[in-house]
Amino acid sequence: MVAPIRNGVLRRAATCLRQQRSTPTIRPMSREALRRLASTLAILEQREGKLNLSSLASVSAAQKLGGSVHGFVAGSNIKSVADEASKVEGLEKVIYVENGAYDKGLPENFAPLLVENIRKGGYTHVLAGHSAFGKNLMPRVAALLDVQQISDITDIEGEDTFVRPIYAGNAILTVQSQDQVKVVTVRGTAFAAGAVEGGSGAVEEGTDPKAECPTEWVSEDLAKSDRPDLATAEKVVSGGRGLKSKEEFDKLMPPLADALGAAIGASRAAVDSGFADNSLQVGQTGKNVAPQLYLCAGISGAIQHLAGMKDSKVIAAINKDPDAPIFQVADVGLVGDLFEKVPELTEKLKSS
Amino acid sequence: MATKLRILVPVKRVIDYAVKPRVNKAQTGVETNVKHSMNPFDELSIEEAVRMREAKKPVEDILAFSAGPAKSQDILRTAMAMGADRGILVQEDNVELEPLGVAKLLKKVVEQEDRNLVILGKQSIDDDANQTGQMLAGLLNWPQATQASKVDIADDGAVTVTREVDGGVETLKAKLPMIITTDLRLNEPRYASLPNIMKAKKKPLDKKTLKDYGMDGEKRLKTIKVTEPPARQGGGKVEDVDGMISKLKELGAL
Repeated sequence: MVAPIRNGVLRRAATCLRQQRSTPTIRPMSREALRRLASTLAILEQREGKLNLSSLASVSAAQKLGGSVHGFVAGSNIKSVADEASKVEGLEKVIYVENGAYDKGLPENFAPLLVENIRKGGYTHVLAGHSAFGKNLMPRVAALLDVQQISDITDIEGEDTFVRPIYAGNAILTVQSQDQVKVVTVRGTAFAAGAVEGGSGAVEEGTDPKAECPTEWVSEDLAKSDRPDLATAEKVVSGGRGLKSKEEFDKLMPPLADALGAAIGASRAAVDSGFADNSLQVGQTGKNVAPQLYLCAGISGAIQHLAGMKDSKVIAAINKDPDAPIFQVADVGLVGDLFEKVPELTEKLKSS
Repeated sequence: MATKLRILVPVKRVIDYAVKPRVNKAQTGVETNVKHSMNPFDELSIEEAVRMREAKKPVEDILAFSAGPAKSQDILRTAMAMGADRGILVQEDNVELEPLGVAKLLKKVVEQEDRNLVILGKQSIDDDANQTGQMLAGLLNWPQATQASKVDIADDGAVTVTREVDGGVETLKAKLPMIITTDLRLNEPRYASLPNIMKAKKKPLDKKTLKDYGMDGEKRLKTIKVTEPPARQGGGKVEDVDGMISKLKELGAL
């Protein structure tokens, strides 16, 4: 086995890197040493033959680690997805496994598939997005590899040192992994997806252990929308309990979103009350967003909601309660009745 | 004959969800001298198990389990007041288990207690890892359905689960034994009534240690530091909609 030796070298390089933090003149060299040694497998998502661009955040994160970066895709008619992925900047190679059994990303067979390919490639790091797919799959992979996964990282400090939010983003944890392979999920909004053109990675077929899947995929029901995807939108408008009903939510929020070209989000209160679909929930247990503009109306700003949006560049809030906690984080706050202010804002944005 | 359900519900004692956590001075963690409660997602797990029994599913028993400091038994009593039949506490006052360690421990509990359904919360609101259920499923090589918003178990042991995914829901089918993790949408947990709280005091609660399961508190991750997130400065308020638009333009958001 080559892996342990390689890892020893890697660890020494990292130790060296840490010790030399204070002497910046030597650091670039150590960085270089590290770059040659780390090798990362970035798990890419696909859906019906289309590469999921938000999963490319794992590639950007991998590049921050240095070293070679390979992508991984699996499913039916996967070659075209692999070809598409091979053009992504920073990907040295794309490994694909052609098998319809992997189309739905069921972890029961996808995890053994990854384990096989991770072992074969001798990777030091395995990265995936902290999406529904990554959350479902990666801990199973980690357990099979006997590794303690690091979830939802927002920064990388070294080959074994990662930063992640805990307690709904109320504390920031820096951890160092002692595991041989680092299994990590990546917060999409913390690592901008790189260019999807300009790369020229090799494309190579991976191994397929063809593990049995005891789980049957039955159906799905996805909210259809022409609007930008909530998790990656540049602008998000979000409504809360203050909208009072689904009718008002549907009357006020879509026109505002259209005027801005924004995605629509909602607070848990709005989702629980049936004003908006579950998939629109922003917060600790819903989506994390970090758009250029997060404009919210009728949201008080509970800590669980703030967890999902406080990394937005600019936060604007409309609320009738001047003491609402949302105003403590909002860059622009407007105290007023949202039933007046939102339509007025929509009109003025349209005409401007 | 219908498959008997022998349910395991792991629960975790965490800082109450309404408390704003504060990072300690030494930057080693957060202040823990605050109100604690059962992890909200675990309440949903207990509730779901109890509802299965109430829906006349063949529930043999519901075992609540926790690993943590002595005070975790309060959480187990709460679980029993909600309807769990008995509890096991692995009491370790100075050991902090990581999800992988918990999953390994749970695997042993599943085997020793002959469980065929484990319902866990999708994540605990303290470490926000979202791993334990999936890890346990991997270690046992059982099917998993995470972020469940609807669970239906047929008499023959076929389990249909609707799960919350990005952009909507999907429905899966598998057979027992199985791992399910709960999403907030699954149910509305009940409050324990006073008579039930009294009754729960008499339910069996076994105390064990990691050693009893042949385990130690080995950790794979080393905490380097815990810090406060960068504080956001509220930018103050504007008078009207025009003020809002011009301020947003000024900030480059429009």
